[in-house]
Amino acid sequence: MTGKIICSGFGGQGIMVMGKFLSYVALEGDKFTTYLPTYGAEVRGGTAHCMVTISDNEIYSPYIAEADAVIVMNEPSMRKFENRIKKEGLLIINKSLVNAKTKRDDLKIVEVPFTDIAAKLGNIKCANTVALGTYFSISSIASKKDIYSVLNKMLAGLRPEIFEVNQKAIEEGFSYDKPR
Amino acid sequence: MEKIYNLPESLIDVSTHYCPGCGHGIVHRIICEVIDELNIRQKIIGVAPIGCAVIAYKYWDFDCCEAAHGRALAVATGIKRVRPANIVFTYQGDGDLAAIGCAETIHAANRGENLTTIFINNAIYGMTGGQMAPTTLLTQKTATTPAGRDAKLEGYPLKISELLAQLEGVAYIERTSTDSPKAVLITKKAIKEAFQNQIDGKGFSMVEVLSPCPTYWGLKPVDAVKWMREVMIKEFPLGRIK
Amino acid sequence: MGKILINGNEAIAEGAIRAGCRFFAGYPITPQNEIPAYMAKRMPEIGGVFIQPESELAAISMVMGASASGFRAITTSSSPGVSLKQEGISYIAGAQLPAVIVNIMRAGPGLGNIWPAQSDYFQATKGGGHGDYRNIVLAPSTVQEAFDLTLLAFELADIYRNPVMILGDGMLGQMMEPITISDIKRKPDSKDMVPLDKPWALTGCRNRKLNLVASFRMREGEMEKRNLELQAHYKEIVRKEQRYEAFNEKEAEIIIVAYGTMGRIAKGAIKRLEADNKKVGLIRPIGLWPFCKDVFTKLFKDNATLKKILVVEMSYGQMLEDVELTVLGRYPVEFFGRSGGGVPTEEEIVKKVLELY
Repeated sequence: MTGKIICSGFGGQGIMVMGKFLSYVALEGDKFTTYLPTYGAEVRGGTAHCMVTISDNEIYSPYIAEADAVIVMNEPSMRKFENRIKKEGLLIINKSLVNAKTKRDDLKIVEVPFTDIAAKLGNIKCANTVALGTYFSISSIASKKDIYSVLNKMLAGLRPEIFEVNQKAIEEGFSYDKPR
Repeated sequence: MEKIYNLPESLIDVSTHYCPGCGHGIVHRIICEVIDELNIRQKIIGVAPIGCAVIAYKYWDFDCCEAAHGRALAVATGIKRVRPANIVFTYQGDGDLAAIGCAETIHAANRGENLTTIFINNAIYGMTGGQMAPTTLLTQKTATTPAGRDAKLEGYPLKISELLAQLEGVAYIERTSTDSPKAVLITKKAIKEAFQNQIDGKGFSMVEVLSPCPTYWGLKPVDAVKWMREVMIKEFPLGRIK
Repeated sequence: MGKILINGNEAIAEGAIRAGCRFFAGYPITPQNEIPAYMAKRMPEIGGVFIQPESELAAISMVMGASASGFRAITTSSSPGVSLKQEGISYIAGAQLPAVIVNIMRAGPGLGNIWPAQSDYFQATKGGGHGDYRNIVLAPSTVQEAFDLTLLAFELADIYRNPVMILGDGMLGQMMEPITISDIKRKPDSKDMVPLDKPWALTGCRNRKLNLVASFRMREGEMEKRNLELQAHYKEIVRKEQRYEAFNEKEAEIIIVAYGTMGRIAKGAIKRLEADNKKVGLIRPIGLWPFCKDVFTKLFKDNATLKKILVVEMSYGQMLEDVELTVLGRYPVEFFGRSGGGVPTEEEIVKKVLELY
């Protein structure tokens, strides 16, 4: 099985962290994985994306021309990547920041207000974690055990409230796994 | 009878390739005397420049390294950082140190590298045939300033020692000359201090030595010394700068 | 030890440290900035030296000094910076010093941009700087290989007293993959800066005659003699150090030749074509100089079905020339390449191969 995922949004939304999280989860499950970030002057603001492949077999191209799933955290990202998803592929949309509708009618579309959910949880920065929860729940690409193990490792050393809010965020994300 | 004047142990007994009246030989010898007196020959690593002194190591009986033109202080930094117990020095001319290697010079000095630099200023490029140096005096004729150096076109003689003296990483800078036996003795004292500073871990030390180039100044050796004393020293005043 | 997730740049940095390298000098440039950042943190931990110098010119000369002193030393950069290093690389080759130079290539010419490219192949393999010299050039295609080839680079540099260049690209530098970290056999993790036994190294002339490290040979005939020695040495490297990965090459009708990141992407294209019953093979040069001519010669003897050769590069045809010089007209050599930030995709390579059928 191979999963090709593109995470996209604007700089500062934790897009690269999302991608790394996916790759760490793959590593935890002893799978092959590649993580390819955009790099350059996109630290804050601007658009940012990363490409993650998770597979049971050797991965050839880290570059994804056609994705199995795309997570868009802002509107420019949807315009940029909606046509880079395979037929019947998955498009996860951050409804809080994306008003436009996709032109594609051959995709499985899941719209969730990730940013609003994160704000309600008390930390707008964890919208990326909510989105990851939703993706994991739909894709069943990783076990919950592995996901929590990575969450523990990646947040190790941070303040306890950061850890707690992210744990809540991922759980909240799990529950939005149905197209609405 | 007591022998009072010897060939320094660090100096190799070969005939010179330098022109009659050139100052390089004097400074080569001074460096060897100082190294012997400080008893550091077995610890010394010299870095030779590009220029007339490119084969300075043919005269020196200790370890030496070549450097690309202007990069002597970068090479010396590499050596000294991995071998801090060794005593490392560069020997550079005005083109090497103050023109093509200006960045390396300023930054090694600014990092306060614990190195010793002997800078030979003869206000001209010798090896390539008498072209303008950054230290060439105004109105001085060279192969590339045939009408004399013109400030409007070529700028002014570069006072690199004064410039370096502004840097906090610099421990010691002195300008000396080779125009008289007394001046040579002062030069030796300065060079000794520059090496002693490195032994004591004080940081970057440099001695700028004004040195004659009769061949490309177009003067007889005696007249070259006179010109150095009467003209060049006025532009490049001697003494301790830092 | 389990696998760790790390990017290509960090893999090279850790590889250097595991190889016993204790000297780094490098000027920041994207897309390899993770290397100096990694070294700035790691070198002091193991008693090594990290310097951020004033320029790439200074960086390579500092490496020359550290190497002349007997220590394993590395400098890293990306295309425009590696152009500046050519001066020092030529001096290092001329003085017969070991050194490892990393080029994480970006698009050119000029400032170009920061995206991946393979357009410095000529510069890396044909000399780059002035004079009759050669770099040994290694081209990793995975993050694991970036680590492994860095260990090898230091070994080869010392064995041949020659500069070794690791030629990667921005994609390899930036991408993360799980890798296994291993130590080189000799004691690399020593806290002390113990140089290897190099009798030519500058240490101070205690109880021995002086050592001199220099490329300058002024007396008549001396430089020619030195050049002949270097040439003999390069011949030996050509004979002993050709490296490649061959895949499906014996029964292939079309052979793709691609290196580095393009090598792995080409392999993906071949897998897709396999599903379509197309017999396509791969030769992935791992060493770019010396170029793996011998595997081609063997292939021409062993493979009766071969029709065409396709070279794929992130350039407009640089390695292509070495392939053409190897094939010498025996088979048609086709080319597909993009450069300037564009990376040929598996899909594009599949399309190109199908056009050739």
